[in-house]
Amino acid sequence: MIAESLAGRRIAITGSTGFLGTALVERLLHSVPSCTLVLIVRPGRRGAQRRVDRDILRNDAFDRLRTSLGDDAFEEMAATRITAITGDVSEEGLGLDEDGRAVLATCDIVIHSAAIVSFDSPLDQAVEVNLLGPVRITETLAELETTPHLVAVSTCYVAGSRRGAAPEEPVNESPFFVDVNWRLEVESARRIRHETEGTSRSPESLAGFRKEAHDELGAAGIPALAAKTEQLRSRWVDDRMAGAGRSRAASLGFPDAYAYTKALGEMALTESAGDVPVSIVRPSIIESALAEPSPGWIRGFRMAEPVIISYARGLLKEFPGIPEGTIDVIPVDFVVAAICAVAARGPIEGADIVQVASGSVNPLHYGRLVDLVRAWFTDNPIYDEHGQPISVPEWSFPGRGRVKRQLERAGTTLDLSRKVLDKLPIRGRQAEIAVKLEEQRDLVERAMGYVDLYGAYAECEAVYLLDRLIALWDTLDAGDHETFCFDPRTMDWNHYVPEIHLPSVVKAGRVPMKPPVRGVQDRATRLRNRVLSPERHIAAFDLENTLIASNVVASFAWLGSRHLSRGDRIRFVLKTLAEGPTLLALDRRDRSDFLRFFYRRYEGAPKTRISEDSAEHFSDLILSRSFPAGIRRVREHRALGHRTVLITGALDFVVEPLRPLFDDIISSELGTSQLSDGTDAYDGRMKAAPPTGEARYQALVDYADLHDLDLRESVAYADSASDLPMLEAVGFPVAVNPETRLANIAKKRGWLVEDFAKSPGMSRRLLPLAPPVSTAAARRSA
Amino acid sequence: MSNGRHLAPRPGFVLDVDKNSPPIVFHHGEGFRLEKLPAGRSRVIYPAEPLEGLPDPDGAIRHALLNPIGDSDPLPALLRPNMKLTIAFDDISLPLPPMRRPDIRQRVIEAVLDIAAEAGVDDVHLIAALALHRRMTEDELRHAVGDRVYDAFAPKGLLYNHDAEDPDGMVVLGETPHGEAVQFNKRAAESDLVIYVNINLVAMDGGHKSTATGLTGYTSLRHNHNVHTMLNSTSFMDRDNSALHASNWRMGKVLRDAGVKIFQIETTINNDTFGREGPLSMLQKREWEWSGRDRTSFLAMQQGLKVMPTNLKRKAFSTWLAPYEMTSVQAGEVEAVHEVTTANVYRQHLVPVEGQTDILTMGLPYICPYNVNSIMNPILVMCLGLGYFFNLYRGRPLVREGGVVIISHPTPWEFNPVHHPSYIDFFEEVLTDTTDPGEIEKKYEKRFAEDEWYIHLYRNSYAYHGVHPFYMWYWGAHALSHVGRVIIVGGDTRAVRRLGFQPASTLADALEMAGDVVGPQPTITHLKNPPLLMADVT
Repeated sequence: MIAESLAGRRIAITGSTGFLGTALVERLLHSVPSCTLVLIVRPGRRGAQRRVDRDILRNDAFDRLRTSLGDDAFEEMAATRITAITGDVSEEGLGLDEDGRAVLATCDIVIHSAAIVSFDSPLDQAVEVNLLGPVRITETLAELETTPHLVAVSTCYVAGSRRGAAPEEPVNESPFFVDVNWRLEVESARRIRHETEGTSRSPESLAGFRKEAHDELGAAGIPALAAKTEQLRSRWVDDRMAGAGRSRAASLGFPDAYAYTKALGEMALTESAGDVPVSIVRPSIIESALAEPSPGWIRGFRMAEPVIISYARGLLKEFPGIPEGTIDVIPVDFVVAAICAVAARGPIEGADIVQVASGSVNPLHYGRLVDLVRAWFTDNPIYDEHGQPISVPEWSFPGRGRVKRQLERAGTTLDLSRKVLDKLPIRGRQAEIAVKLEEQRDLVERAMGYVDLYGAYAECEAVYLLDRLIALWDTLDAGDHETFCFDPRTMDWNHYVPEIHLPSVVKAGRVPMKPPVRGVQDRATRLRNRVLSPERHIAAFDLENTLIASNVVASFAWLGSRHLSRGDRIRFVLKTLAEGPTLLALDRRDRSDFLRFFYRRYEGAPKTRISEDSAEHFSDLILSRSFPAGIRRVREHRALGHRTVLITGALDFVVEPLRPLFDDIISSELGTSQLSDGTDAYDGRMKAAPPTGEARYQALVDYADLHDLDLRESVAYADSASDLPMLEAVGFPVAVNPETRLANIAKKRGWLVEDFAKSPGMSRRLLPLAPPVSTAAARRSA
Repeated sequence: MSNGRHLAPRPGFVLDVDKNSPPIVFHHGEGFRLEKLPAGRSRVIYPAEPLEGLPDPDGAIRHALLNPIGDSDPLPALLRPNMKLTIAFDDISLPLPPMRRPDIRQRVIEAVLDIAAEAGVDDVHLIAALALHRRMTEDELRHAVGDRVYDAFAPKGLLYNHDAEDPDGMVVLGETPHGEAVQFNKRAAESDLVIYVNINLVAMDGGHKSTATGLTGYTSLRHNHNVHTMLNSTSFMDRDNSALHASNWRMGKVLRDAGVKIFQIETTINNDTFGREGPLSMLQKREWEWSGRDRTSFLAMQQGLKVMPTNLKRKAFSTWLAPYEMTSVQAGEVEAVHEVTTANVYRQHLVPVEGQTDILTMGLPYICPYNVNSIMNPILVMCLGLGYFFNLYRGRPLVREGGVVIISHPTPWEFNPVHHPSYIDFFEEVLTDTTDPGEIEKKYEKRFAEDEWYIHLYRNSYAYHGVHPFYMWYWGAHALSHVGRVIIVGGDTRAVRRLGFQPASTLADALEMAGDVVGPQPTITHLKNPPLLMADVT
């Protein structure tokens, strides 16, 4: 009956790239052979048609159709039955062009399933899509002077956070409804966005973002810092807007901005419908498919999944909820079938609202869900990084407040420790502690998010009545019952949860369900093998703290003290020590400014003497503080035929003895001037900007261009966040003894981290002074 | 000896350990262990007391130069104006530890230079004959030749380190009948006379080995610094039974035939390593003859060393300069000179020992030929124990075939990256793959020997040549093939295992472990060295 009613009809669909939309498109193509579809999709970068091909038709939902028809016939069928038009429900007039409007005007049915379902989306975005989306559809249809049947997908949670029965009635007819004017809500959401954007651009705020960016990246160069600052600003605005959405929703008795904007969206739709006949379908929490297109089919990582996976990983030990509370879940294929049935039945008089839920007729209690999940993960544990199965914790059903307080306390402690660690000059192994801390902090943050966002749902005690749904079900014949099943009374949770839903969740979450096979290399070894693959082109190295534990100041101290008398040495040391803090601060602010300033003190240094001394300096300072494993790595790259290049802000005469190690050295150079005796001396000015920060990145890019090599196939080694531009430029970045900031970044991005250390056993000299030149040589130079 | 210098020094001897024997001092790197050996089946080989030094060393040197042995004219007769003269001398690896000033090399070189000056020779080069060892620093050269010689020659570039990798500084002079290429320092080859100044610390040193090894490079050394040669040098301290020396002697003949004229000066020193007084003097004595003061200062030193960080200990020990005295000097034709020298070395070192032992124990000191002013890394521990100490025998090895060697040394996982860069890579890359000398030689030697980076560091920094750690490993090849197990007491367990040996925390544990190999109630012999000795095993 449904298939027949919809046969030959032209159905427009919004939100077809989403979870529900994809399933809907598939079902209509599969079970209603002669209908045609108009998919209104945002163009993205590729255009509407490409998006339909890539983002919808390639989804595994269409596997059964592809298999039964064969690839060619499937493509042909899709081409004839689907028309893609560019549109966006958050734009005036749905963002349709003339052609698009013409196509829409020919549709018999419009199914509106586009929504921002993320529970922490910024308020104004939720308002634009969830609240104004339906209004824009009715307005556009009015302009086109057509009146197709509009089936709008909403949510059961428009009923708000309340106890007891929630019937299938208009939002504003509920006795619990707080009357608000949706137009004012729209206006104020936009105003808040406006104000927040303004606040975020105030000099004080911008200074704050810049400081934060600098704290995170260090002296990474202006472009990198600018990009980070803007990212932080826009994230801050979004966070504020999400917060605004949560507060506004809570103030009106809704669990979150999604439910709140959907509720007002329903009101606005009813008000603006005019002659367009409207049906509203309200699903509860949509989860993986029971049977169609295939058992367990799911798209994206849905609401309950992060919670379930976090629990199975042992991260989430407690989650608020009451065991006898209902968790109202409905498989996606039930919702799709109900939508089809409503569309097939056509418009009816009066408010047409159908709820698709399970709680009132076949409830899945929270306690039972937890038992099923726990039993399943006990039988099928997730494995940790050491290959040990993780045992799932016992659930204690605490109140939300207690869990939140615990998490907040943990968060504050972690924040504090992180701040302390950030200030310490640690790197390598020690910095890994900081990384672990950061990870834990992330976990706590995520857990807080779950508690905040989903806690309200888990605690929700509303019971969604399904009278109209059941009535609709009863009008259908046996064939429809078979093909378009949406009767929640038929759900067997004991089967669905462990047999269908959980396997699909772990599959979608890509969690390790098997212990790692023995003999398989660990991650670092795998990464290292890729770094040391013969296919790589360039291996670029930073010097300080990547290959040697030394720096330009130490080199200067060594070279500068080489020919000093005893008394002068002491004065030299005191002077250098006194300057220490200034130099350190300057170095933190901007590496190239620091070098420019610091290298001035080579002014007047005789060129030949420096060149003679640099050989001793090489042995006494550079080699004795070198990282043998680092040097071995350079040699490995060379042996593999990679071009090895040293890119350093150190001076050319300092790194000259390292030349046999590299194909090329890019370093700082000082200008020279002639002394009165005709010999050359350094003038303390750099010939060009030193290769640090983004200049180092540029040097690497130029180098690759010059030699026609591919940076995506190249490796870069560096130790500091200020080298980010260079590290990000290559396909295989390696963080060496990273300081905390880089350690964090490397961990998040899955970069190889190497600990190169000084050879153990070498005595540590407090001051990198040159050993005094023996008497004869001193006499000679005097 | 406690009676002073009036009595004749006592020869070395073998102590049979009984219940009344005091604990024996074992060297243990930059420290010591007191060990009680099982009574009734243990013996300790004590070195001879230091021989008297020559009363007038400078007079003796001059006398030797003027009265050469073998087929050689007195030195003045060999010198003339406008001739090219090259004086080569032993490097930092001799003597051990370095001796107090004036170093014997300084005395000899000053005497030679005086005679050369009298003869009007003005083209003189002085070369540290270090083969593939690290270059000597200015301070080290000054210590060896004295400030006067250094200041007169070094600034003009006439005193320098041998560079076996200088493409313009080396020549191949021919080949031995065994097909061994003879490569030589070009300046020395082109000189009218090469004078070689030796300090013959042990019986291995000197003879043709001075020039044929000291002034050559990898091209020649690979013919006798290899596993095959070392397995056939039993021992390399005993020239007549040493394939290493046979090869050097063949090469010496090629040098002679190629017209290289060598005037050999060899000197021997006594074994007064720790002095008759000073903080270490008790180490020069036998334990039961220690005075109360010796005991107190030993205990105090032990306490002090316990709390000192390794770096400081290393520094403290490296300041120790031995009060060695010259016991003989002879000059002239290489082989004739070396015969006399060897007799003089043996006079100080040889201790007759009857029969082999099941277990040989040895305490390794803080120094070996290749870590002067540096770190004794694990590879050097292996070389000193299984190379040098094991081979300090004539006749038969001290330990029976299939026996056990127990070494006492901290064996830290530490390296000097300036001096031993290729050692680090050898330890990380080669020993993780195999510890078998033959396999190591076959698989890795060439790559390390020809590596440009190591060559760069050898020539321009202060690094041992890339191939040097291989030679260290080959040095122990004879011992590795002879013994059934090697155990290191008190070493870094990871480092010890990397070497292919077994770690033990105490000597008692080590003896227990050795029992698995040699059976119950094994005989034990401790080689109490240094002061230096050489076992004459019958």
